[in-house]
Amino acid sequence: MADISIKGLKKTYPGSTELATNNVSLDVAEGEFMVLLGPSGCGKTTLLRMVAGLDFPDEGSISIGGRDVTYLPPQDRNLSMVFQSYAVFPHRKVRTNIAFGLVMKKVPREELEKKVAWAADLLQLTPYLDRYPAQLSGGQRQRVAVARAIVMDADVLLMDEPLSNLDALLRLDFRAELKKIVQQLGSTTLYVTHDQVEAMSLSDRVAVMKKGQIAQLGHPITVYEEPADRFVGGFIGSPPMNFLEGRVTQQGALEVAGQSTEAPEFLARSAARSGGLPVMVGIRAENIYLEDRGTPGTLDATVEVVEPLGHATLLTVDLGGQTIKVQVASTVRVSSGEKVGLRFDQAAIRFFDTETQLGLTA
Amino acid sequence: MSHATTNKTTAAADHPAPEVDRRPLAKRRRNRILLQVGCILITLFMALPIYLIALSATSSRAALQEFPLSFIPNNFSLETMETFLQSTGILGGLINSVQVGIFTLVLSLIIGVPAGYAVARFAFPGRDPYQLFLLFTRALPIVVLSVPLAQLFLQTGLYDSVLAVVLLHTALALPTTILITSSVFLGVPRDVEEAARIFGCSPVQAFLKVVMPMAIPGIAAASIFTFVMSWNEVLGASILTLNQRTLPAQVLSSLAESPLAYRFAGGFLLVIPALIFIFFMRRYLTNMWGSTIR
Repeated sequence: MADISIKGLKKTYPGSTELATNNVSLDVAEGEFMVLLGPSGCGKTTLLRMVAGLDFPDEGSISIGGRDVTYLPPQDRNLSMVFQSYAVFPHRKVRTNIAFGLVMKKVPREELEKKVAWAADLLQLTPYLDRYPAQLSGGQRQRVAVARAIVMDADVLLMDEPLSNLDALLRLDFRAELKKIVQQLGSTTLYVTHDQVEAMSLSDRVAVMKKGQIAQLGHPITVYEEPADRFVGGFIGSPPMNFLEGRVTQQGALEVAGQSTEAPEFLARSAARSGGLPVMVGIRAENIYLEDRGTPGTLDATVEVVEPLGHATLLTVDLGGQTIKVQVASTVRVSSGEKVGLRFDQAAIRFFDTETQLGLTA
Repeated sequence: MSHATTNKTTAAADHPAPEVDRRPLAKRRRNRILLQVGCILITLFMALPIYLIALSATSSRAALQEFPLSFIPNNFSLETMETFLQSTGILGGLINSVQVGIFTLVLSLIIGVPAGYAVARFAFPGRDPYQLFLLFTRALPIVVLSVPLAQLFLQTGLYDSVLAVVLLHTALALPTTILITSSVFLGVPRDVEEAARIFGCSPVQAFLKVVMPMAIPGIAAASIFTFVMSWNEVLGASILTLNQRTLPAQVLSSLAESPLAYRFAGGFLLVIPALIFIFFMRRYLTNMWGSTIR
């Protein structure tokens, strides 16, 4: 076990002018589960590959446990990895697949067998040890890949979208199992995913990446509730955060969709100074409540689409020409076309700068 | 209008269950039978001459003159083969041919497999021209290649040796070896190779322990190609040797003035080793670990 320290990593792939990672710095503490989250092409996999030693950075440094590994080949870094495509060796049986890394490390036979048995037991692979990967299902193959990674006792465990090739139900099961295993091992983990639910549920901390840079780094709940910019708010959460164009008047009122409510102190003050301030209002679907039309403190809106999801009902609502999503309890009975009032949970409203898209805080 | 509707209702009453059209099924069955017949015909086309040669080669001399020829081996005798094997240069030619075949195979794999890997994995400058250039050797007639080679080998003292033929055959086999293995290496996922690196392999170890075994079917195919090509190639071998003839070259040189029995025995001996080799390599062609095809 060891910490990872990444400093100023820059990488451009040959034949591309765009930086795959642009000056990324990241510290992962010993034993921490860090998730790199972002849309495809944001540089998260590139970053992971550079930590793995499968790609080398143009600039910057990586150290694991205080040892500089920036340009070391992968086999000298003492790490293990789970690949998106499983990458199990098809010409080896499950047993030798799991033992592969240990054999390469020349671990004594007795210890090797003990570890393979332990990992196979942990991942419920014991009945399949003498089969070839082709005889296993996708989920079992991914278990082999995880078993192969965890027997290594490596300093760092890297995972590159390990769940994305599994079907939805299996993914849910295996996600919890993976979390349990990693907690048991206590190893430092760097986990890449584009699935924000995975990121939320697994991570100690999450680094949201965008265009080769880290847009926000923090505890998953913090990132969810207080996105640093519009991109993070829009990327995390299902449905994504609603964004409404609004304006804080000089008098301290917040105008949204032609209707006004009270603006928070810090915005009112800066608006009073500047003589009005355009803002982007961000609010999550579950922080909007449905009321009767005309209730004081609500905004007039019209329900356009009603989607029952089982655990809740998702509404698409027209609010003065802007479309937003509202999530209400499944017991609420509404129909499309209904005129309703919306009340925003004042504590949950976030404000963003209309130009920089960055979050505005007191 | 009303008339039409009544008609329809009565028709529906007469046929409560609609008639199922079974003609497509019959067509399917017919196509399958035709396919089988086609397969049998092609097999016969290939196997019958081999059978006849084998039959003649294992019959006594006298039996060959009989009319009509018997299709059943009732005159089994090793006489023909024995006389053939005892003829001048045949046993030596056989040994030379086996040597040439094996050395060509080994040499072309040693050079061709890494080259195929490089073509498949690395985007190096000039890769496309290189691949085109590879085929260029095969575009030239063997005679055009052999004559200058003969001169070169005469100067360097390689002429009339097994090595001379091996070098020519390796040059001829390399394009196919490289192209076949590169297409198989393309099918080996990069991930698997990277996993090997992560779990402690150097690049060379990753290649030997993981990539190569996964490319076995392609290497087997390339091996069959190479061996059979080398075994059958006669023109270059004839030009480059005088006394150290390979078997086909030896048989060819004495074919015109030899008796019928000799020709049959020669043909038989030329066919058998290639068949045996293919038979043993065949299993690697469909080497799928853990699946039932074998």
